[in-house]
Amino acid sequence: MADEVELAADQHVRYIVTVEKKKDSFESLVMEHIRLNGAYWGLTTLDLLHKLHAVDAAEVVDWIMSCYHPESGGFGGNVGHDPHVLYTLSAVQVLCLFDRLDVLDVDKVADYVAGLQNKDGSFSGDIWGEVDTRFSYIALCTLSLLHRLHKIDVQKAVDFVVSCKNLDGGFGAMPGGESHAGQIFCCVGALAITGSLHHIDRDLLGWWLCERQCKDGGLNGRPEKLADVCYSWWVLSSLVMIDRVHWIDKEKLTKFILNCQDKENGGISDRPDNAVDIYHTYFGIAGAAFIPIPWHFYRLSLMEYPGVKPLDPAYALPLHVVNRIFLKK
Amino acid sequence: MHGRPRRPAKPEDDEAASAKAAKLRDLQAQVLHNHHARTYTKESIGLSFKLLETNPEAYTAWNYRKLALQHNVKELSDPQAIKSAIDDELRVAEVALRQNPKSYGAWYHRKWLLNQKLAPVDFKYELGLLDKLLKVDARNFHGWNYRRFLARFMGLPDDEELKYTMDKISDNFSNYSAWHNRSILLSNLLIQQSKGFESKQKIFSEEFELVTQALFTDPSDQSGWFYHLWLLAQTSSPDNPQLIASWPSNAAKLSFSFIKEKAEQHTLSSVWSRTVPIVLYFNEPVKGLNHSSVNLKSDLEFGKDIQWRPLTMADSGYSKCWATYLQITNECSSLQEYSVEMSIPCSDDIVSRSGSNYNCPVHFTFYIELISNNAAQGLDTFDKPVAWNCSDSFQSHGNRDPIPLDLLNITSALVEHDSDWHFERLSEEIDLFRELADDNSKFGKLTLARLLLACAAIKSRGRSLIERKGYCEEALGLFTDLIHLDPSHKQYYEDERSLALMDKLTCDMETFTKHCSVQVQPNSAPLHHVQFRRLSVTRIGFAERLLWVQMLDLSHNSLRSVEGLEALQRLVFLNISNNQISSFTALEPLTKIISLKVLDLSFNEIGAHSIDTARYICPSPFSHKTEASEAFEEYQEVNNINVTEYWDAILFFRSLKLAQLDIRGNAVASKDGFRTLVVTLIPCLKWFDGEGVS
Repeated sequence: MADEVELAADQHVRYIVTVEKKKDSFESLVMEHIRLNGAYWGLTTLDLLHKLHAVDAAEVVDWIMSCYHPESGGFGGNVGHDPHVLYTLSAVQVLCLFDRLDVLDVDKVADYVAGLQNKDGSFSGDIWGEVDTRFSYIALCTLSLLHRLHKIDVQKAVDFVVSCKNLDGGFGAMPGGESHAGQIFCCVGALAITGSLHHIDRDLLGWWLCERQCKDGGLNGRPEKLADVCYSWWVLSSLVMIDRVHWIDKEKLTKFILNCQDKENGGISDRPDNAVDIYHTYFGIAGAAFIPIPWHFYRLSLMEYPGVKPLDPAYALPLHVVNRIFLKK
Repeated sequence: MHGRPRRPAKPEDDEAASAKAAKLRDLQAQVLHNHHARTYTKESIGLSFKLLETNPEAYTAWNYRKLALQHNVKELSDPQAIKSAIDDELRVAEVALRQNPKSYGAWYHRKWLLNQKLAPVDFKYELGLLDKLLKVDARNFHGWNYRRFLARFMGLPDDEELKYTMDKISDNFSNYSAWHNRSILLSNLLIQQSKGFESKQKIFSEEFELVTQALFTDPSDQSGWFYHLWLLAQTSSPDNPQLIASWPSNAAKLSFSFIKEKAEQHTLSSVWSRTVPIVLYFNEPVKGLNHSSVNLKSDLEFGKDIQWRPLTMADSGYSKCWATYLQITNECSSLQEYSVEMSIPCSDDIVSRSGSNYNCPVHFTFYIELISNNAAQGLDTFDKPVAWNCSDSFQSHGNRDPIPLDLLNITSALVEHDSDWHFERLSEEIDLFRELADDNSKFGKLTLARLLLACAAIKSRGRSLIERKGYCEEALGLFTDLIHLDPSHKQYYEDERSLALMDKLTCDMETFTKHCSVQVQPNSAPLHHVQFRRLSVTRIGFAERLLWVQMLDLSHNSLRSVEGLEALQRLVFLNISNNQISSFTALEPLTKIISLKVLDLSFNEIGAHSIDTARYICPSPFSHKTEASEAFEEYQEVNNINVTEYWDAILFFRSLKLAQLDIRGNAVASKDGFRTLVVTLIPCLKWFDGEGVS
């Protein structure tokens, strides 16, 4: 690459650790109800950068468990917030990172998630009944990580996801919903986890996804929208799962992501020169993990510059974590 | 934060920010407190409103309001009072939506309220509100989802909604959401075939005109691209599945020498046996092939229980390619010819993914000559490693039998009744898009290439092959242009180009035979050989034309995938050296070829990448599609193999019965323990990287 932009890994680590401590800003408070999601994003990034040891595992696990609702088996987004599958998956994922699923009543948590499956195979996010293919992915991912897929009707779950497939090859939030990169990630992920990717026309969806790359190298989430660094995860992981990631220009994308970094304070924003937040820090780095980092990164890594660990595209966890869960008894 | 500029913080900002933060913190704490205490007073409900006004994403506050409504409505009996309580909630949702038109919580609150059916819904108001929100952002997918929800809720007919999408498209062609909704409604209507709804032909002609108009207005605007591609797919593919190839093909005459079964060697009347595969190849994935949907008649002796097996990676039941293996056990007296009659009648058993049944009956016959041959089956002894004929001009080798041309015969599927219309429609589009393509429009060129290839496919159904080749050649030129015009998507065009190239190379006898020959290996019957070297092919297409191939040389290409080769059930030798295969999972289709004996994988990229892009394409423990775990345990315990590192190699090699393997020049080959692993997994392996396996 001509412009020598580097991945400012140390700054990112510092940024994530500070965000964990800066709970009182207005921004943190607005996001308070999704703090468990934030923890997953931040901690996964730390692991990708070989820095998970920068946090106290026991403290994190204690806090995670303080978001647990023993009567339902679900997790809230923060202490005192209602349980929902969105946060239950994050809790399970973080516990997987630390290899601490032992603190869970696994069957209770799995029953909570399984209990949200509807007659048509879809999943509600919580007791209030909102249905969305995001929740299908979350349910399948959570139950798979817990080795409890047998608690649900997997075939029906797959059928529902397939019923949300559109004529452009993508997927929406519900039958008839417009294709959107985030929703596509969820549906492709759900089908990947259940070995059902044959329902996808990989060339058709691959073309839709690779056309998300804009002239500036970044990826957008839908046709005729601006590029945003968070789609570097949704679009890339979907492309990896369907074996079409070579259809985008990785070098241009890498450059776009690195230009979104705040090199002084750490963090990555949605577009070059916008303010940073932890959501985008995760998605930016996760994107980078897919991009075979060009040679100068390898050289840097020899000079105490740690590389980025590979990530599993379906479970959105570091590959070594997923391999441990499914390959070791 | 989305769209917020990065700037340094000022001290006065800090103060204001911390005051604002303190207020929000108090509010959140109070709402959560009331929620936990189940306090549903007017005042406490009011606080939750304040919170949602600032932060519409505070989901627990929405839950709290739902509980409060349920609690308070119980006390009410006057319908007017109930209505007013619902209206209050609708207002809160509306305020929140004005603050954040993409708030999941607010949209769902509104749907939930309507679904409670506690009060009559003012649909006019709902549609008006929606219109306002869609005016602000015509692409708000929450809004469109709500529109579809309302349409269902109110029972609005699909053709009315179709008019609404037309209005939106007329406002602005660049509205992907409206095009999307149009495709949903139209396909619903087509499925329903509702009364008064015009013929598919007329509808598609009109839709082509509409979208083409939009595309010509601004060819770089993607809004109509995918709609056009959908129309093209609808126009160029037949409605019902068709058989497009088989092995053996119609009228083929095959001779097999029998293999003496070892167990029977010392008995008086020797029983000889031979496995003969039959492969059927359809134009789209189908399911339901069985002994009643496919009739097989012959005086040969084989097990009565014919099992058809889908040759696909996933156990979905659907596949383009199906195989069965006849275990012929005739007592062999002398040279004798047997006929095998195959027929596939119209069938409700055989259906495509879209649910269309098989309705073009085919009937064909092939002949099998059995030769009893006591000579050693040299091929199976592998005294020496098999060398690939590396000469590019292998054509000139003398002493070769001609390729039996009947093997190249493709069972021609029945021409569809309305394919004339399809062809005319596509020809009109081709003329139009030639204009756009001349302007160096990327989309114009790509669409033209797709139209040409679609025409080529229709042409193969009983029409001129020369014309077909012409279409392929023009498309190939367009892909070359596209690679220069849009280098970011270079590999997409290369993949598409590879399919067009494979089409061109195999669509007429004259071109194809240049790549075919008969190869004689020591101690073996002559083998039908195809050579596609150094063609820059990135993936395999038109495998249905290669079903008869026994030796295939695809070396020195840019293959990333071997999908399609699973259909080649006669394949014994495969050379895919010097390609870009990057994982064992990408080679999974080869595990379906039971005849494969010699495999050259040397100089690929296996083991060189940390991300395996075929990890979820291939059945694995991560996708819950394999009984691998037990096998892994066994290998780990007995052979001390590192399962975490080699799970993909284990799944691949344990299914192969190779006699010869070359894997030099791959990163994985130099890893510790890899050699031992391979030798353990393939006990019949005789030659490994050119050396004998002891």
